[in-house]
Amino acid sequence: MALIETRDLSRVYDLDAGRVVALDSVSLDIDQGDFVAVMGPSGSGKSTFMNLIGCLDRPTGGQYRLAGTAVESLDADGLARLRNREIGFVFQQFNLLPRVDALGNVELPMVYAGFDRRTRRERALQALGRVGLADRAHHRPMQLSGGQQQRVAIARALVNSPSLLLADEPTGALDSRTANEIMALFQELNREGATIVLVTHDAEVGRHAQRLVRFRDGRVIEDRRQTPVDARDLAPEAAE
Amino acid sequence: MRLVEAIRSAFSAIMANALRSLLTMLGIVIGVAAVIAMVAIGSGARNLVDSQIRSLGANLAIVTPGNVTQGGARLGAGAASSLTDEDARAIRREIDGVVAAAPFVQGGAQVVAGGNNWGTRIYGIDLDWFSAREWDVATGRTFDPEEVRRGDIVILLGQTVARNLFGEDDPIDQIVRVRNVPFRVIGVMAPKGQSAFGQDQDDVVFVPLDTGRRRVIGRNYAKDGSVGSIFVKFANESDIVPGIESMTELLRQRHRIIGEQEDDFSIRNLTEIANTATASANTLSMLLAAVAAVSLLVGGIGIMNIMLVSVTERTREIGLRLAVGARPRDILSQFLIEATTLSTIGGALGIALGAGAAYLVAQLAGWPSLVSTNAILMAVGFSALVGIFFGFYPAQRAAKLDPIEALRRE
Repeated sequence: MALIETRDLSRVYDLDAGRVVALDSVSLDIDQGDFVAVMGPSGSGKSTFMNLIGCLDRPTGGQYRLAGTAVESLDADGLARLRNREIGFVFQQFNLLPRVDALGNVELPMVYAGFDRRTRRERALQALGRVGLADRAHHRPMQLSGGQQQRVAIARALVNSPSLLLADEPTGALDSRTANEIMALFQELNREGATIVLVTHDAEVGRHAQRLVRFRDGRVIEDRRQTPVDARDLAPEAAE
Repeated sequence: MRLVEAIRSAFSAIMANALRSLLTMLGIVIGVAAVIAMVAIGSGARNLVDSQIRSLGANLAIVTPGNVTQGGARLGAGAASSLTDEDARAIRREIDGVVAAAPFVQGGAQVVAGGNNWGTRIYGIDLDWFSAREWDVATGRTFDPEEVRRGDIVILLGQTVARNLFGEDDPIDQIVRVRNVPFRVIGVMAPKGQSAFGQDQDDVVFVPLDTGRRRVIGRNYAKDGSVGSIFVKFANESDIVPGIESMTELLRQRHRIIGEQEDDFSIRNLTEIANTATASANTLSMLLAAVAAVSLLVGGIGIMNIMLVSVTERTREIGLRLAVGARPRDILSQFLIEATTLSTIGGALGIALGAGAAYLVAQLAGWPSLVSTNAILMAVGFSALVGIFFGFYPAQRAAKLDPIEALRRE
């Protein structure tokens, strides 16, 4: 069964300068356990697509089902709930809370899910262990390297066991070696069953995915399966 | 998000900008301090007035001798005693609403009992004294009419005097000497405590009026039945002002003062003095209330301002929170709680400052003040309300942010 189903999904902006069709009738299915790279130049509609499937925005036309839920009919609270339960976001700029330690950052989605303190602590530690940062639980973002910060962000994305990991240029702020480590982590999570949608303009990054969807002018112009490049081959030390 | 955690996270947000937060709170601090000081001083003043009235007796006027002109030389007030027993009797008889007119003489005296002696004030009084001053004995009895009429050598001791002369022993029926005259103690007065001006009102002894005049206090009193002053007690407060007018008329007639001649006595309305104190306390309260209102308003605007800055600064954080599943109302309550925490901390500091100020006023001006629990609760409530009221707009702005826009903001 497809985790993500979009039918004629459209997003039109009515700006002072006129109508802008950011996304034009996109119909796309993404299966559970897939690793999809969404690519395209800026203005191609890939970010709009990501915002829509991430339930951050609502379409102006078409339908979108995420894990069986018809997203286009939800109100703001319903969207928030869906983001909380079904989606884990990873951003280019990490977006960690600077005053809170790694553990607290990872706990954040569970705060809004209404878990008690102890459960939160337990699961957050688990998630941090999963990304190899169990020993950094009480470091603040400032005390961590870029790669470590992005791992904390990934732990935060994982902690509510979402059905979809949504990464927006997750390696954009990292050097190539660290970027490789992060991609290796994504591939590992994918092997364990995580569905990942990764938005990037970087062809090198896109090569790590199993499926490549290319956007231009709000439409899908290419959609193919590929043999992913194993990030471990490029950075063997990152695999431990 | 649970309230306790929300407050904890609000605290950490406030502490992250400690100086800024402190400056923001200043308006609230001053406002609440003014409220606390206002209420403390106001209720203190009311208590002061109450205790004045209570320790003097309610609805009281006092007639004192005025200046006397002798051969062209104007002597000061009280230089000669122009009032007499007869004046008191006339007042009691002829003025409407008078329930007691208590003439008295007073002086200093050394009271000796066995090996002990004690310097104190001695009053010569008649029976009206007890009702005018609303003062009775604690043990023993007061004078009987015959003792007063005859001028018997009996004495009533104030609590302080009794304690200093007799310690724990019962002074009733003991003999004390004043100016070598042996007085028999017939009673000990009920304790009155300190007067509003810090005098020990229990450091006093009472003897019958004639006894005092003839044997203890002064020779000039003895001649013509003259007295020091007269306490006049009225039945109702509304009787006092007309009563004073007719007393003035009566005493001028009795003293044969005519036309433009000055009175040789003066009459003061003690309740009015108390009311004046209340009025000035009220004025001070109003002033502080105005300061409080303005400060709370300014403080609230300060909080709104800083919360708007904070929302702008933390736009990305808001975007992130929305992305991980915060509902708009979670964001709203987060910022509301932050504003309210800020204003409530300000309120707490204000309470401390206000209580300190009230204490200082009490110490420096000798004006008793009272920081009440009600005032504290009111202040906390007020400052929280200010936080909610002025925090609402910024919080709502935060809650209405579009997550995509917010995440993109630098």
